[in-house]
Amino acid sequence: MAHFDKNAKPFSEQWLQDRLAVKTLRRVLAEEYWIPKDINFLWAMGMILAVTFGLLLVSGIFLLMYYKPDVALAFDSVNYTIMQEVGFGWLFRHIHGVAASVVFLIIYIHMFTGIYYGSYKQGREMIWISGMLLFVTFSAEAFSGYMLPWGQMSYWAGMVITNLFSAGSLELNGVVEWIRGDYVPGDAFLTRFFMLHVLLLPLAILGIIVLHFGSLRIPHVNNQEGAEIDFDAEAEKYLAGKTKEAKVIRFQFDFLSKDIMVLAWFLILFFYLVFYHFGFAMDPVNFDPADGLKTPAHIYPEWYFLWSYEILRPFPKDPGLIAFAFAQVIFVLLPFLDRSPNAIPAHKRGKPFFIWFWLLLIDMIILTAMGKLPPEGIFSTIGLWAAWGFIILWVALPFITKNEKVK
Amino acid sequence: MRELKILVVVIFFSLVTYWLVEPYAHSQMHKHVESEGFEYKNLPEVAKGDATAGEGLVMSNCIACHSIESKGMAAPMDAVTSSASYGVNPPDLSNAGAIYDAKFLAAFIKDPASASQVAHKFADGTKSHPMPGYAWMSEGDIANMVAYLQSIAKKDLTEKEVFVDACGRCHAARYDGKVIGEKWTQIGQKPKFKYEKDSLAFDIKVLEYQDNLKKYMGKLPPDLSIIIRARSHNFLETFIENPQTQLEGTAMPAVGLTKDSFHKVMQHLENIGDPSAKDRAAYGPWFLLYMVIFTILATLWKKSVWKKLH
Repeated sequence: MAHFDKNAKPFSEQWLQDRLAVKTLRRVLAEEYWIPKDINFLWAMGMILAVTFGLLLVSGIFLLMYYKPDVALAFDSVNYTIMQEVGFGWLFRHIHGVAASVVFLIIYIHMFTGIYYGSYKQGREMIWISGMLLFVTFSAEAFSGYMLPWGQMSYWAGMVITNLFSAGSLELNGVVEWIRGDYVPGDAFLTRFFMLHVLLLPLAILGIIVLHFGSLRIPHVNNQEGAEIDFDAEAEKYLAGKTKEAKVIRFQFDFLSKDIMVLAWFLILFFYLVFYHFGFAMDPVNFDPADGLKTPAHIYPEWYFLWSYEILRPFPKDPGLIAFAFAQVIFVLLPFLDRSPNAIPAHKRGKPFFIWFWLLLIDMIILTAMGKLPPEGIFSTIGLWAAWGFIILWVALPFITKNEKVK
Repeated sequence: MRELKILVVVIFFSLVTYWLVEPYAHSQMHKHVESEGFEYKNLPEVAKGDATAGEGLVMSNCIACHSIESKGMAAPMDAVTSSASYGVNPPDLSNAGAIYDAKFLAAFIKDPASASQVAHKFADGTKSHPMPGYAWMSEGDIANMVAYLQSIAKKDLTEKEVFVDACGRCHAARYDGKVIGEKWTQIGQKPKFKYEKDSLAFDIKVLEYQDNLKKYMGKLPPDLSIIIRARSHNFLETFIENPQTQLEGTAMPAVGLTKDSFHKVMQHLENIGDPSAKDRAAYGPWFLLYMVIFTILATLWKKSVWKKLH
């Protein structure tokens, strides 16, 4: 024991500082965690995501108290016990269902913000990679959660997605059976997805969130102009009282006050959706109980998986699976596929990357729409072109960024 | 200003995506059928009949199979035996005059299979509709029977009474009960039994009835507990009005509900399948008001914190 204040009262600030370094932690993680001042509301998406995840966690805990993971009981435990018998059970389910859908809208806004402002390179690669890991784990979390009400779409989406693991012409049916624990989705399938949804995946998500936050601390958050900031010099200015001149602000409460303001605006929209406009997040088809003898007329994933589903669908079986696998991993590789040395906003990087960004966004929206529409006539033609567009855009990225001038 | 521009871009792309995957995609996936407002315009008008003359006709033609409990006439057979004979238990006629449209009733009495749009089920001639047609009867006599049925019907039926009569002999509703164990079955409300053997005996009767119903309909008609959330209002409206428009070849008959009975059926379906609709309407404004106040405070706080930064 080195420096140790023997006279500090138990649980006083000094006493806690000696034992848990609370003052140091607060300084490093909050008060002197410097954030650039030149940011816009898009920089608050991380906070919105953290809070939405919190809403999912809390509402999920309440749902977990009444949900029964058993093919004979699951549907009624959700639609009768939770929706009708438990006080405010319907509210928790609506919050959980709407948050699960809206969290992906915010994730996509967060991702495209990162791409637009070049926040994935020049020291920020691990932020991007840990973020994409979160995207993958959130996707798995959403999919496993969608199985739990054991409605028609749970069952048939489970059937279609697990079938992908037969790897096309390799016909690895044993793998599919191993994943399902049965020949078709059944009780073993439901209970293992239940375990994944309520334990393993949330644990992984919590861990990766810590990694994601940690990966931000050293390279610092990017800013609106991609300006290089000497954080130490600017921090000194701030601490010397020149807060108007300094290019940085404190995390607590300068940045937080703006975050919470944007969060509040978002929550108005969120609760409007929870009470008045939840159909997009709670598909009517899933209010029909699972029936292995009755295939729904249209099987489609939730909206946030549609773009990658549409990269799978328009091609023949094997090329489709390869394209699908490509779409799943390609975003992770973005920091290495973008060969430009510029970590600045797209509109400052010159035409090629700027056009690439908007084409990618529009292409993914087209893929999303075609992924839901029935694959017939003009829709399948558009879907096929959009899928090729996605692949071509990513293959072209290294070439169009290689010759970008240093700005 | 710049933030506002960015916000407009974000909202624009979010709304375009929403519009494409929700309203537009669903308009392409589901056939749109216009409701005819339960007016049965294609059926001929019924002359004003004489209820007193109708009474005798109903007594001599209908009660061999149908009960009229309000007049003290019990069903000749219990539900399970009836279903073994007819496929489905024939309805009690006490309130038929109020629940079903007069034009539809007249057309149904004349030719049940074609009025209920299920003639295709009997096209091969091996089976016929369990209710014989009364095409041999004069239009006037049929109008008199309809007038009699209308004269004895209760005027203010409850939502559940309409549901039970119009839907409940083919469709169960397991969420329709005040306590656990109670539910609507095709043979009636299952009460909460004190002894398990009574409960099981009831269940056996339901299963026997359902087996007969399956033979008649081709499959067991679905439980309607939360159909209100599984189908759109437009689908339920047009499907109930004429099932063939939404699902060609279905065994479900058109039942000839009046507009008022249709609304009662829908209200009952909402009561059993979406009781939180009332709570949502009650609590929604308070949640939003709370969030608006929170937003105003958060915005003022941000302004005060950032005063020293700009």
